[in-house]
Amino acid sequence: MSGFEPIFREEHEAYREAARMFVANEVTPHAEEWEQARDFPRDLFEKVGSAGFFGAKFDETWGGTGPDYAAEAVWIEELSKGLTYGTASDLGAHSQLAALYIDRFGNQDQKIRYLRPSIEGNLLGALAVTEPGAGSDVNAIQTRARRDGDDWVLNGSKVFITNGSWSDYLVVAARTSDDPGHDNITLFVVDGDSPGLERRRMSLIAWHTSHTGELFFTGVRVPDRNRLGGVGAGFRQIMANFQWERLTMSLGAVALAESALEVAISYARERNAFGRPIIRFQVWQHRFADLATRIRAGKALTYRALRGYVATETGHAVLGEDLVRLTSMAKLYTQRLAWQVADECVQVHGGAGALVEYPAQRLWRDSRVGPIGGGTEDIMRNVIAATMGLGRS
Amino acid sequence: MDLSPFTEEHDLLRRAVADWVDAEIAPHLADWEAAGDFPDEVFHRAGELGFLGLAFPESAGGQGGDYWAQVVFLEEVGRVSQAMAMVLSVQTDMATPPILEFGTPEQVDRWLKPALRGELIGAIGITEPDTGSDVASIRTRAVRDGDEWVLNGSKMYITNGARAHFITMVVRTGEAAEGDPWSGISMFIVDTSLPGFGVSKRLEKSGMKLSDTALLYMDDMRLPADSLLGVEGEGFKQIMWELQGERLGVSVFGVAGARAVLEEAVGYARARQAFGRPIGEFQAVSHRLADMATEIEAVQALVYECCDLWDRGVYATEEVAMAKLAVGRLSNQVADEAVQTLGGAGLVEGSYVSREWLGMRIGRIGGGSDEVQRQILARIMGIG
Repeated sequence: MSGFEPIFREEHEAYREAARMFVANEVTPHAEEWEQARDFPRDLFEKVGSAGFFGAKFDETWGGTGPDYAAEAVWIEELSKGLTYGTASDLGAHSQLAALYIDRFGNQDQKIRYLRPSIEGNLLGALAVTEPGAGSDVNAIQTRARRDGDDWVLNGSKVFITNGSWSDYLVVAARTSDDPGHDNITLFVVDGDSPGLERRRMSLIAWHTSHTGELFFTGVRVPDRNRLGGVGAGFRQIMANFQWERLTMSLGAVALAESALEVAISYARERNAFGRPIIRFQVWQHRFADLATRIRAGKALTYRALRGYVATETGHAVLGEDLVRLTSMAKLYTQRLAWQVADECVQVHGGAGALVEYPAQRLWRDSRVGPIGGGTEDIMRNVIAATMGLGRS
Repeated sequence: MDLSPFTEEHDLLRRAVADWVDAEIAPHLADWEAAGDFPDEVFHRAGELGFLGLAFPESAGGQGGDYWAQVVFLEEVGRVSQAMAMVLSVQTDMATPPILEFGTPEQVDRWLKPALRGELIGAIGITEPDTGSDVASIRTRAVRDGDEWVLNGSKMYITNGARAHFITMVVRTGEAAEGDPWSGISMFIVDTSLPGFGVSKRLEKSGMKLSDTALLYMDDMRLPADSLLGVEGEGFKQIMWELQGERLGVSVFGVAGARAVLEEAVGYARARQAFGRPIGEFQAVSHRLADMATEIEAVQALVYECCDLWDRGVYATEEVAMAKLAVGRLSNQVADEAVQTLGGAGLVEGSYVSREWLGMRIGRIGGGSDEVQRQILARIMGIG
């Protein structure tokens, strides 16, 4: 057959309706209050879990309903419409990162202890890779794990760990060797109450409700049964999972951009200047038309990559160079776009664009994380350039 | 879930079109561009090979393929020359589809079938010296006189205009009704061999020089009654229908052109040495090209979504306007970055990149300017 099969089937429309209802009942009514308080209640995880929205990616064996990447995409898009992106980021860090790592690399015992309760929303996870001295350059991390009998002893620190200041466990990347190459990093599941682990919630200009943490490991003992995958496999594990993370960020950015455009247009309809609503000025009409076009292109690109992940469910595609390239492009294109749309949203608001009582400034602040987190724009360009035979090898 | 919209049959077709393009078109492009002309033989050959009616039904003399077959054709021509893609697309996506859509069986036999065989060359006639985007303001007029129509006026920027055997043309046949400026317009198949038709001037352009672009006049030209295409007074609606296929067609070959120009720049960046290494190893160059590749992929995804809708018979005005707008901007931007990457070599007359840079500028103007697409979008978004 020529052409494209639709990504979303009938059951996904039902899933979308359920997700929309959930967000309308459990998120939207509280969003302003949470943003003001710079916090949201922990039991939201339990609510999301019991409603089944952590389960779409995961197999039934562990309490999931998948793998169904299209359903996962639906959840991400609908959650984004709640307009509380720090909250969405915490939920995402738990499900798209921590739980996904356990699912991909964990053994039976680890999945029973960590994955199942994560999908239920009863146990909160986070992924800890970035450090004060190593962000994009993952191979440069300095947190160390030293073998000591049946345990590993961790020393070092982590920053910008989304959901990491209050999570029940952390998937931690630590250096286990200083050899050249990419076999020096190992992943460990560290319980949040481990002695020697100190945590602090960071204060960011964006994602006000998120529990982004700074972590300090001082002689933290981790049993070897909590080692996630092989010794030295960490770098490759992280690189492989970046792809899905980046795709989820792209889905979220497109949804944010759509929201920002809606907010901008609705303000432009109401606000009068020079005797008419500002939407009547052609410059704004054309600016919005341009942004709508770019959002649509970003969405088409993101969906093209998503189509690739859906195809992996049935073995029709593999996570090869093509999909990595598409995913990197989607991430690069959509993150800056979301911020640009949000920036125009602030602009159309004029002075009100700076008022906390309007969501415009929040969309603008929160979207600024996109071009940095999950692999910066420049890292994306490095990856893309490499697939074109450009850059330094 | 298949990731490509194309089937194996399309791949075979792509190879056939590519073979023709590489053997019979590409080697002559520099000469044709310099001469500001190309032989009609190109149409004959394309028709002979079945490339002019790929997505037309067999009953109308076409190949009976789907829209993706037409996409393959436009992409393969577009990757070597925007100008050649434009002149062929005028034939396949502009002048002829209205005859299939609105024509009588006799008009199909007389004009469409020979056009798909490459025996007759067509053009599309909308723009006039004083009217471009504002179609409702056209002044060329046909007045009924017994069994004939008497046509007076002129048409401007008409691609294939000097060589066309027929022009699918919109003209005014009556006054616009109060509050309905789009009424009183009709579509005709204008037989250019009839007395009263003439080419005032072949226009000299900055780009797409191989295509003939003409200023035409019609002076008391008498058209037989069966020249009327479709319904009298419905011409505006009919031309708006035509413009959708036109815009999608130019979007398809525009992306293919952008992709090919980028490939040229990437190849150059990998080979050209400066400061002791290929310039493609400089991060500033590699990142710029990575950005362009990303823009192309995003716009390509949008255009393919449009093609998919089109193929399913969805009249996707919004998506088509977005595609046209996005591609025009994309190809200009990519071509410009390619010139920058090539440095002096990008400015040499007759080189592939410089030629396409010149030609691509037309993409943001022809077939509905950027501004017209934005205006359409604003209306659809409920803000215009």
